[in-house]
Amino acid sequence: MEWFPGEWYWIPEYFPKLLDGLWLTIKLLVLSIVIGMSLAIPIGLVQVTGPRPLAWLAKGFCTVIRGTPLLIQLWLIYYGIGSFFPQWGLNETFLWPYLRAGFPYAVFAFSISVAGYVGEVMRGAFRGVPKGELEAARSIGMSPFQILRRVWLPRALQNVFPTLTGEFILTLKATPLASTITVFEVYGIGSQIRQETYLIYEPLLLIALIYLCLAGPLIMMFNYLENKIPKRVS
Amino acid sequence: MEREIPSNNDSTTLEVNGLHKSYGELDVLKGVSLSAQEGDVVTMIGASGSGKSTFLRCINLLELPTAGEIKLQGEAVEFKSGKDSLIPSNKRQVERFRAQLGMVFQSFNLWQHMTVMQNVIEGPVQVLKKSKAEALEVAEQILNRVGLWEKRNEYPAFMSGGQQQRAAIARALAMEPSVMLFDEPTSALDPELVGEVLKVIQSLAEEGRTMIMVTHEMKFARDVSTQVIYLHEGIIEEQGPPSQVFNNPKSERCKQFVQSVH
Repeated sequence: MEWFPGEWYWIPEYFPKLLDGLWLTIKLLVLSIVIGMSLAIPIGLVQVTGPRPLAWLAKGFCTVIRGTPLLIQLWLIYYGIGSFFPQWGLNETFLWPYLRAGFPYAVFAFSISVAGYVGEVMRGAFRGVPKGELEAARSIGMSPFQILRRVWLPRALQNVFPTLTGEFILTLKATPLASTITVFEVYGIGSQIRQETYLIYEPLLLIALIYLCLAGPLIMMFNYLENKIPKRVS
Repeated sequence: MEREIPSNNDSTTLEVNGLHKSYGELDVLKGVSLSAQEGDVVTMIGASGSGKSTFLRCINLLELPTAGEIKLQGEAVEFKSGKDSLIPSNKRQVERFRAQLGMVFQSFNLWQHMTVMQNVIEGPVQVLKKSKAEALEVAEQILNRVGLWEKRNEYPAFMSGGQQQRAAIARALAMEPSVMLFDEPTSALDPELVGEVLKVIQSLAEEGRTMIMVTHEMKFARDVSTQVIYLHEGIIEEQGPPSQVFNNPKSERCKQFVQSVH
């Protein structure tokens, strides 16, 4: 390793911690995407189907989430909601270790962020499915839920797949914000290494490389899924 | 509930009585009735805006009529009155009726995320709850029949309009419907592709399927129909066997129409 520039002696020492951080990043990302998507689908759908009050509520939610910085949402949720629990005396109960940990707050904040952004994407996606295909589904006697599950949702997702991939990659790259609320995901570990070794660039480079290694397979996986249904290029 | 008096003609497959449809002030259908026996091929002709497509779409309740009665094999659609139109009061019944009314659209409306085969077995598996094996078996026969067996694993976007429409007919046939509804099935096709679709529809007529068809193909209507209905501004102007409607219409307007379209 003599030929390689920089100081890298610390890697073996911090390797287990980096693995823990990596695992936490992946957990945070996957949970946020899964929870966020399951919120985004109804948020997008009600804006197309109504009822009106729900559509307005969903629209308002998307506007607020998309219009404010994620960092501020994260802090408001962690310090804001988090500070109520001791007031209610929950710090005396068995729940407290969970309520004190940053991770659930991070999952919550990232999930609603995904829900807000993807909810807006899904609104357009649902609207973009040709009406005739939905009529065809009705005309063979499908129930509204069957139409959604078999035709409307898959067609909508197909149309916005590249956009969704982009949203998920952006979410991955926003996860370092979680380190500001005591979640030691991979970036948080990187900061810790920097503080303890007084090295500036090397840990940053390694962390950047780790994110690249996460994003790469994620993109490839989504591209594979996208290409499962061939699209005609006209 | 009062017992209903059974209609004296048992073979009436589809019966529509006094169907009205209006959008606000605009009356599109002003009391249109139709009665199709088993094996009848009823063609509806008329100028654009005469209401023929709306009528067809009311039969399987893609549009909701403002008034009227729809009966399939003697069973009437249960309606309650709503704000702008009648509203079906029994959703299950509507789904059951639709499953028996195979609809073919002008713009094909195949599901683009499914292959031809997936399109064809979707209804039998999801709606009729058949096993996949059984659905595949039926689909094979039907696809062979419409000449698309080789294209079974193709996605609709990669097929010609004529092939897509034949696939759409196969999708409707796979439901084993008691009545087929065709809404201008060849109007969106390039002229050279019309023939292959008409041939399939004709073969269905010949095997005695009950069909209601909206079309602008006058020669075809004359050849396959048992009954032709000429609709003008939401009213039946002329109705009868093709020989009467095309050669000897009572209505002057109908006479002009069939002559102008030739």
